[in-house]
Amino acid sequence: MTQQFYVSPEQLMKDRADFARKGIARGRSVVVISCEDGIALVAENPSPSLHKIGEIYDRIAFAAVGKYNEFESLRQAGVRYADVRGYSYDREDVTARGLASVYAQSLGAVFTAEQKPFEVELAVAEVGASQAEDHLYRLTFDGSIADEHSFVVMGGQADKVSSVIGQGWRSSLNFAEAMQLAMAGLVPPSEAKEQPRALPAGALEVALLDRNSERTRGSRRAFRRLNDADITALLA
Amino acid sequence: MQESTANQVAANATSSFTEHLQRDRPELLPYNRSLQAAAPAAAPLQVPHATTIVAMSYDGGVLMAGDRRATMGNVIASRHIEKVFPADRYSVLGIAGTAGIAIDLTRLFQVELEHYEKIEGTLLSLEGKANRLGAMIRGNLPLALQGLAVVPLFAGFDTSAGVGRLFSYDVTGGRYEEREHHSVGSGSVFARGALKKLWRPNLTASEATAVAVESLYDAADDDSATGGPDVVRQLWPVIYTVDSSGARRVPDSELAAASRNVIEARTIAGREA
Repeated sequence: MTQQFYVSPEQLMKDRADFARKGIARGRSVVVISCEDGIALVAENPSPSLHKIGEIYDRIAFAAVGKYNEFESLRQAGVRYADVRGYSYDREDVTARGLASVYAQSLGAVFTAEQKPFEVELAVAEVGASQAEDHLYRLTFDGSIADEHSFVVMGGQADKVSSVIGQGWRSSLNFAEAMQLAMAGLVPPSEAKEQPRALPAGALEVALLDRNSERTRGSRRAFRRLNDADITALLA
Repeated sequence: MQESTANQVAANATSSFTEHLQRDRPELLPYNRSLQAAAPAAAPLQVPHATTIVAMSYDGGVLMAGDRRATMGNVIASRHIEKVFPADRYSVLGIAGTAGIAIDLTRLFQVELEHYEKIEGTLLSLEGKANRLGAMIRGNLPLALQGLAVVPLFAGFDTSAGVGRLFSYDVTGGRYEEREHHSVGSGSVFARGALKKLWRPNLTASEATAVAVESLYDAADDDSATGGPDVVRQLWPVIYTVDSSGARRVPDSELAAASRNVIEARTIAGREA
């Protein structure tokens, strides 16, 4: 019988974390920005049907980077969790905090117990009546959860993108300005100078959690996905 | 091994909220409770019953209206109950029968449609919605046999065909597409008689609203379980219209005017029946 090599727990966790980080770094970035009109979710995503951004509940949205099959199963689990909770209690009892903590627990369980950790990073956003009541949670592959203010950047070049957005972010941004800021982050200026890598509307996935959906659209569901024409108009 | 995992994943993939509940939380389904078999069938339970719903097509859409009364035997259980609900952006449903179960079924149906939309990223087709509702009504059959029946009426705008459509159901979940107009509930016979005389093709939305108000008035006139327009409490029927731009609730001011017109015309006519 062959004896297994001893691997220290520190080394084991580090290996798993490195593996997951590598997988996530290959993906393109996703930006979630809180602004005056609501919460803008912007992703670089050439596919019109395989979404990285999704609606979870009335005022809650989901954004992810990493392996599609892994975050899609998490998204569906989140929709089920929210719908069951809203159906058995009440719609207002579904909160981003509850959802984020369920995600954190499942990611943590997969990280320690499964063959391989999930190569994903998630953001859960809940739009409130005012900007102070917005909630943004960032969840990483090992189940750690961070409560963010103002914005979340995930994916390949997260550091670069978030430094650009961090400089430009103010609480008084409207949706169009938030979109432009997100674009400035996704297309780094240095790169833009040499060969303007203009992202066409078709390569973008944009959604808004509308702060005033009840008043402006008469819908309690705040999530609104923008089509190509809307995106072009916003960036013009 | 590999294949059994794949099969398991495929078997677990469902876009239906009802199926998910059936599997994971069956106690939450409105029709998953069984009454004691010993309950004597001769003495029906005293529970609130919702009554008359009418629906009709008009030029460019469909309309559904319900009165505001729920009864429990000879007692009025509620004067304010609402029995017509938006199911999603392009469909509405009205319910007659046992109010408690019907309202839970409506809630389940609303979540079912929204859940599908969120998981799949597209709206369910109108036929698909009508079939799901039929399956839910069939699920309630054991309770219906014990006297707790729910009979809905479903109307929606078929976005692919570009027309409004109307579906009626029986307690076994049988689904029937109706043309022109239909009504369900205890006052439905009288409402239907009125609709036969008042309805004509290509009504406008506001004419259809007036027709709905008048047919409910006639139902309330002869059926004690149906409530007429209540000018003292300012209670009017609940009416939804659905057209290519979606479902819309007719505002109270419009309903008050339509109800007053009917009452005034009947007062002037001064006829006995």
